[in-house]
Amino acid sequence: MADLLVEFFQWGFGVTLVPWLAIILGIVVGILAIVLPLLLVVAMSVYMDRKVWAAMQMRRGPNVVGPWGLMQSFADGLKLFLKETIIPASANKFIFLLAPALTFILALVGWAVIPFDAGMVLADLNVGILYIFAISSLGVYGIILSGWASNSRYAFLGALRSSAQMVSYEVSMGFVLVTVLMCAGSLNLSEIVMAQKDTFLGVNGYWFTPLFPMMIIFFISALAETNRPPFDLPEAEAEIVAGYQVEYSSMAFALFFLGEYANIILMCAMTSILFLGGWLPPFDWEPLYLIPGWIWFFGKIFFMFFVFAWVKATVPRYRYDQLMRLGWKVFLPISLLWVVLTGLFLLLTDKIPA
Amino acid sequence: MNELLLEYLPILIFFFIAIILSCVFIVLPMMLVEQKPDTEKLSAYECGFEAFDSARKPFDVRFYLVAILFIIFDLEVAFLFPWAISLGEIGLFGFVSMMIFLGVLTIGFIYEWKKGALEWE
Amino acid sequence: MIYAICFYLFATITVFSAIMVISSRNPVHSVLYLILAFFNSAGLFVLLGAEFIAMILVIVYVGAVAVLFMFVVMMLDIDYSELRKGFQKYLPIGGLIGLILLAELLLVGFGWGLSGPVTTDPATAIPALNEMSNTEAIGSLLYTKYAFLFQMAGLILLVAMIGAIVLTHRARPGVKKQNINDQVMRRRGDAYDIVKVKPGQGLG
Repeated sequence: MADLLVEFFQWGFGVTLVPWLAIILGIVVGILAIVLPLLLVVAMSVYMDRKVWAAMQMRRGPNVVGPWGLMQSFADGLKLFLKETIIPASANKFIFLLAPALTFILALVGWAVIPFDAGMVLADLNVGILYIFAISSLGVYGIILSGWASNSRYAFLGALRSSAQMVSYEVSMGFVLVTVLMCAGSLNLSEIVMAQKDTFLGVNGYWFTPLFPMMIIFFISALAETNRPPFDLPEAEAEIVAGYQVEYSSMAFALFFLGEYANIILMCAMTSILFLGGWLPPFDWEPLYLIPGWIWFFGKIFFMFFVFAWVKATVPRYRYDQLMRLGWKVFLPISLLWVVLTGLFLLLTDKIPA
Repeated sequence: MNELLLEYLPILIFFFIAIILSCVFIVLPMMLVEQKPDTEKLSAYECGFEAFDSARKPFDVRFYLVAILFIIFDLEVAFLFPWAISLGEIGLFGFVSMMIFLGVLTIGFIYEWKKGALEWE
Repeated sequence: MIYAICFYLFATITVFSAIMVISSRNPVHSVLYLILAFFNSAGLFVLLGAEFIAMILVIVYVGAVAVLFMFVVMMLDIDYSELRKGFQKYLPIGGLIGLILLAELLLVGFGWGLSGPVTTDPATAIPALNEMSNTEAIGSLLYTKYAFLFQMAGLILLVAMIGAIVLTHRARPGVKKQNINDQVMRRRGDAYDIVKVKPGQGLG
């Protein structure tokens, strides 16, 4: 990328770039190449979400703005942009605005380590998966801070519920990650994907191995982490009127919304990287490799997002004690047991990756 | 060493860009769009009632318990990460070592289960 | 050059936010500065090439420990002017404890020595990054060579877990709980009986 930019500037403007500037410019171009399409995908995924629920409930969904309602999200965004930013008088102003910004920032920076194709990754960290885990464990701050800074009952209750919920499901998510790491033998996301080549009977991905139950647990924990139904108690509109978001308006609200959807898509990407074989085609069959890897990867994200929407359209909300029970008494023991079993299996069959 | 740091440079720049972007998103509508605040608009939302007092109240100690248990299990997971990676080198001894560690913590887990600390009422 | 800029950036912010942790008036701001300090120390660890430690610092300290701090300072609603009243009274004893801790730290710092090749070149202790990532390097020592210390860590966690439950858990009487096992095991016969009632006699 850096070399290409040096050439481009030489050709276009007749200036020679210093190497370090070229590197930084190359990185900035790479980041924009992730962020701008991501924001577009977020807008379209909101539209897709609404269309999928509509189809499942025999409605039409958004169909007025633009052809087939395609421009709906942009209209919503523009409307939010033109609204007044209300900061409640009793709120802590700086923290009140920091919270949505934090949610949005964290949802974006997580994408830095996602490999879109072989070698197509912005930051190929040795500890990529720990980075994602760290970023997603910070997500709870956006919610706690907004709930506290708003100084409103509903926001406070929503924040409280949400933080306890996110924290509970993160534990089992950590154990699930460990089972995958044991099989892949690396913390680098690209290597994790490559380790999934032809796992069993020519199928790429860990979903076709005994790790399948872990995929289910990971997916459900991802629902809880992103506050999606059936775990949307923090924003339960019927009891605590949108919870921590109740005092927000204009772009501050939009940032929460964008951050939430960017996080959902990040979780879809993680599920596809960890279990569905990332950019690899579903089967280890030569002609399938002719299709570029990133298309497979986007296809898998698309599929996972459809499942997210499907779940939202079909299941009712959990009660809080049921949610805690599921996290601590079902997922935690099962995933812990799976860590032990996976280790034992790898050790006994001598299949530990070197 | 330098190659390692070069991999982290995009993350640093990504943070800067994300921070700038979110600041722009928040500040721009404040500057461009007409702001007409008044006391009713700026009061905390309480379904039409006036708020009696501060919304910040002490709450159930259970939430603290969840946070503490989370720290403990998070540390357990942190110990599992290097173990999962190096299982091939440390072999059976390393495996048994971790099983004892997990066994000790499972005793704690069973204790809290039996005590009812995981119940939410 | 970028290395130097990053180092001074992280170091300055760390020191600045550490000072703000103890000097800011609002305890929530203190916790936020603490988080900032953790973050920048993670950055410093990355500059040292210790990426695993950097990530674990963020996961455990920022993602878990600071969440608990946040819970405590945000939701406890302590009257801070009340707390400050006793400042003069507690200053001597607090200062004494501080001095003792400082003396102990200095003793540890001076009494503890390095041995072997590490004394001349600290980097020898770390395997080259292109041979082995540092997560793997930690893993290959922690569970075998330092197995005893590792088990001690496990016991400390157990004590912490039990301590937390003993201190905070109160069983509330008279709370109805859902027993999912009972619900699933419930059969038709448990719910109702079919009784043949003879005319004119009722159920008795």
